[in-house]
Amino acid sequence: MDARNSWGSYPDAQGRFGQFGGRFVAETLMPNILALQQAYEDAKADPSFQETLDVFLRDYVGRPSPLYFAERLTDHFGGAKIYFKRDELNHTGAHKINNCMGQIFLAMRMGKTRIIAETGAGQHGVATATVCARFGLPCIVYMGATDVERQSPNVFRMKLLGAEVRPVDAGTATLKDAMNEALRDWVTNVDDTFYIIGTVAGPHPYPQLVRDFQSVIGRETKQQMLEREGRLPDALVACIGGGSNAIGLFHPFLEDESVKIYGVEAAGHGIETGQHAATLTGGRPGVLHGNRTYLLQNDDGQIIDAHSISAGLDYPGVGPEHAFLKDTGRATYLSATDDEALEAFQLCARLEGILPALEPSHALARVGEIAKDVGKGGIVVMNLCGRGDKDIFTIANALGAKI
Amino acid sequence: MPVGRLSNAFARAKAENRAALVAYVMAGDPSLEACAAILDALPKAGVDVIELGFPFTDPMADGPSIQRAGIRALKNGTTLRKTMALVGQFRQNHPETPLIVMGYLNPVETMGYDAFARHAAEVGIDGAIIVDAPPEEDAELRAAMQASDLALIRLATPTTDAKRLPAVVAGVSGFVYYVSVAGITGDKAIETADIAEAVAAVRQASGLPVAVGFGIKTPEAAARTAKIADGVVVGSALVDVIASAHETGADAAQAAAVFCQSLSQAIAQAR
Repeated sequence: MDARNSWGSYPDAQGRFGQFGGRFVAETLMPNILALQQAYEDAKADPSFQETLDVFLRDYVGRPSPLYFAERLTDHFGGAKIYFKRDELNHTGAHKINNCMGQIFLAMRMGKTRIIAETGAGQHGVATATVCARFGLPCIVYMGATDVERQSPNVFRMKLLGAEVRPVDAGTATLKDAMNEALRDWVTNVDDTFYIIGTVAGPHPYPQLVRDFQSVIGRETKQQMLEREGRLPDALVACIGGGSNAIGLFHPFLEDESVKIYGVEAAGHGIETGQHAATLTGGRPGVLHGNRTYLLQNDDGQIIDAHSISAGLDYPGVGPEHAFLKDTGRATYLSATDDEALEAFQLCARLEGILPALEPSHALARVGEIAKDVGKGGIVVMNLCGRGDKDIFTIANALGAKI
Repeated sequence: MPVGRLSNAFARAKAENRAALVAYVMAGDPSLEACAAILDALPKAGVDVIELGFPFTDPMADGPSIQRAGIRALKNGTTLRKTMALVGQFRQNHPETPLIVMGYLNPVETMGYDAFARHAAEVGIDGAIIVDAPPEEDAELRAAMQASDLALIRLATPTTDAKRLPAVVAGVSGFVYYVSVAGITGDKAIETADIAEAVAAVRQASGLPVAVGFGIKTPEAAARTAKIADGVVVGSALVDVIASAHETGADAAQAAAVFCQSLSQAIAQAR
């Protein structure tokens, strides 16, 4: 594979990253997908689009997010210097708003008057509800009934922001079912509705445009690192559910071959138990939600339920570009269990005074080993993509505490 | 032969100056045995073409009726292989009635395109509709289907504009399935006047019979559609009849047959 010098050229015109990606949707949606692609290409060619977006990213989202040297964690592990890219400090508390801000401007450009979204942990739902409130568009968020239960603070936040949250009871009542329902809504309301997908999955052009909107994370990191350390980091680490925060950090570094790239999936109760969400580690390629990618599935091609303590990682698929980075060997994909993530969460709380979300706690669980592997004198950057306030009930429950 | 079986069914209906009745049922719903009995009863009840769904965990273009049918089928252990076995059983007694399968791509990919087409031809399947394989993504499937002389049936929809229609009908055989509303299966019923023009356009572009479906729930609606289409597809409504018969302990095959007879009679008298 001669991808090395041209990572930026993916996806191709068919929306493929090697064999992954594509546009596997019902015919009803095809014209919409093609129109979205055209609108996105027009927007990219229009400097005023990026200028307007940049103003809102700065004044409303709070970018650039800081690059923070986690000194006590660095001392604790005794390896490379550990930096956090603090995307949990964004408005709404996670990286999700970077993408929502980009997509809402696209929606308005296309003249759409109704916004739908799916959400797992609720962070993308909150971010979508937020931009809809800001620009005065009605917002409907589909959320698995199980997730509605375990992320009740975020459900309330969405309602406060004026969004309608529709619980989805079908299937496992988690993120994948919310995405099915959002796609059904879109098929039924193609004319006036814009679907803001929250991760780098779905049919082309979503994996590309979500990546592009999230790549602000990696671009800032690169500039901040050069200013602070005068060189590139040795390794990047990020958690992977669908993989939007990770690709946002990774993508601007893909062509910098000296930078090692690690994604960390959710191993749930352990890969060997079958109860996990580590798609790249424990799955195989197939087609779901409009793209070909690695999936958790049985030998009849039926999708297997994912499990993770973190609602944001509880998804049986993964963005197609991650599938491509895995198969080409450019990135390495590890995993961390529920228990390891909980431990990492507590360590970070006590040593750094930061409550990370359960999602980046998975990345944090592997950071120590990666920092040791890189060694003293090296630099590791981890994307701290969300804050843990939303997870305190889940964490209290897991730790047997009453609040 | 298989594509021939489909063409014959539409030709026969045309010779009788009526639309063909296309009936959708889900494999393994309410059970594999009961589904076999339902399939067995359909030809005599006036069904010209059978569409047999094979279940998928994430049927993103289907409404609640077919979603629930799929969940029941999966709980019964229905797989793509068992769906094919059902067809093999059906074929022993019904050499003439065309039968196509309908579902999502992932089970097909998992089996492998060539294996899928070969097995399908062996058991007597005439064609397939794969909902999430638009023309841009079905080249491999199309090649495998052609090699086994199976029809690849595509969906055309109200959002398929004149620019896109030629690509949608290129390489199809058997018939074209016109989805009369932009929506999921079983969704809102629509005004037939709105679709007459679209059906004519699809028929002209494809040179094939056009069957119309999505949202046809009653004999009256079937009759209205039969005036303008070459085929009338009834899915969710039939699936609901089967589900309620099963829930009340009635004979699902008999209930399906009675419902299909009412549709068939309405269609026969429509023109």
